[in-house]
Amino acid sequence: MITLYVEENNGERRPIEVPTDMSLSLMEVLKASDYPVQATCGGMALCATCHVEVLDGDDKYKEATDPELEMLDTLPEVSDTSRLACQMRIEDEMDGLVVRILAQEEGYV
Amino acid sequence: MLNITEEKTISTDICIIGAGPVGLFAVFEAGLLKMRCHLVDALPQIGGQLSEIYPKKPIYDIPGYPEVLAQDLVNNLEQQIAPFHPSFTLGERVEELERLEDDSFRLQTNEGTEIYCKVVVIAGGLGCFEPRKPAIENLETYEGKGIHYIVKNPERYRGKKLVLAGGGDSALDWTLYLAELAEELTLVHRGSTFRGAPDSAAKVMALADQNKINLRLNANVTSIIGNGHLNACILSDNEKNTEVINTDYFIPLFGLSPKLGPIADWNLNLDKNAIAVHTEDYSTNIPGIYAIGDINTYPGKLKLILCGFHEAALMSHSAYRIVSGGKKPSFKYTTVNGVQTF
Repeated sequence: MITLYVEENNGERRPIEVPTDMSLSLMEVLKASDYPVQATCGGMALCATCHVEVLDGDDKYKEATDPELEMLDTLPEVSDTSRLACQMRIEDEMDGLVVRILAQEEGYV
Repeated sequence: MLNITEEKTISTDICIIGAGPVGLFAVFEAGLLKMRCHLVDALPQIGGQLSEIYPKKPIYDIPGYPEVLAQDLVNNLEQQIAPFHPSFTLGERVEELERLEDDSFRLQTNEGTEIYCKVVVIAGGLGCFEPRKPAIENLETYEGKGIHYIVKNPERYRGKKLVLAGGGDSALDWTLYLAELAEELTLVHRGSTFRGAPDSAAKVMALADQNKINLRLNANVTSIIGNGHLNACILSDNEKNTEVINTDYFIPLFGLSPKLGPIADWNLNLDKNAIAVHTEDYSTNIPGIYAIGDINTYPGKLKLILCGFHEAALMSHSAYRIVSGGKKPSFKYTTVNGVQTF
């Protein structure tokens, strides 16, 4: 088990306990924790509805992969540490990672 | 060939909102029971997410297909339902739903198309795909007055000044296309490179080198100026330098994102962006309105295409009672009866 943190709008960092032996992606973890992540494409780096910003953690988690960068290129706004949560496989070294969810939610009920 | 209609008034048995795989298959199940269907989709093509987001991705969990490309599945569904002659209104979004005195329905789209039907089937997936909008003040003020998010009629831009924004394939492709028509075209991209489609990116770079377009990299459109109609875009680059570009049109191309949209206002019981349904027939809390596929929810729901297909079959048998005025549908296997078309 590792602990990840999601920074809420008020700046509070909410912990999530995550098993590392289930081959989960961060997107799946966020969805399972009822965060507003649509994951329209189901984890193929094709829709950007699981867009997050890595606020703290190992530098290797702050760099997006090529398929992600292509997708992130299409968005109006990204940060230097923008990632698609679906492309982030949960592993032991992620312990303590802090993310903020940037995926657009405006307009949903 | 798809029967895509420009008719402004349509009368049918079942109006299906959403032309994704589940909406398409519902035409088949309804057709077996001799019910006619009209489909409406906000996208300009059928297939929903499969065609819009991942046409070339293989799907492995469609029964009977060890592997099928998303677009091939859509093409096959199109072929499968063709005998039932469905009609389509594409590129329009259903805005209003009204229940008439005889318990039938009147739907109206954002383009004013009216659909009269006995049953409404919502097969809207995650909702309508709507353009992602950049965070610019007054953007809404100039929508349709110089700001367009989708290029519907390229001829409109002939001889005009254009500013395009975005770094994805559609920004590149439209830059190449519109550069031929426009008097002046400026492409603004937040990044320093284009990662998608290397061919298109190279062509765009070449046009910029030949001064046929203005290319502004590491820059964003941060505000807009107008007076009833858009007049100019103001760009800011990474060093906070600003530039004013006079233009007739601003076309932000940042892809599409799903939104539930007007469906949320129809007094349907919702549970976390999904429509709550009864599992015996996928009816909603409003008699005559059904919801199938990814847009519905019930205990144990799985968002799988194959589950949506099942839901379409049960929905059709229930809807038949409404469409036929209370008759019970007779259940027949296609192996026994074939596909009786009309």
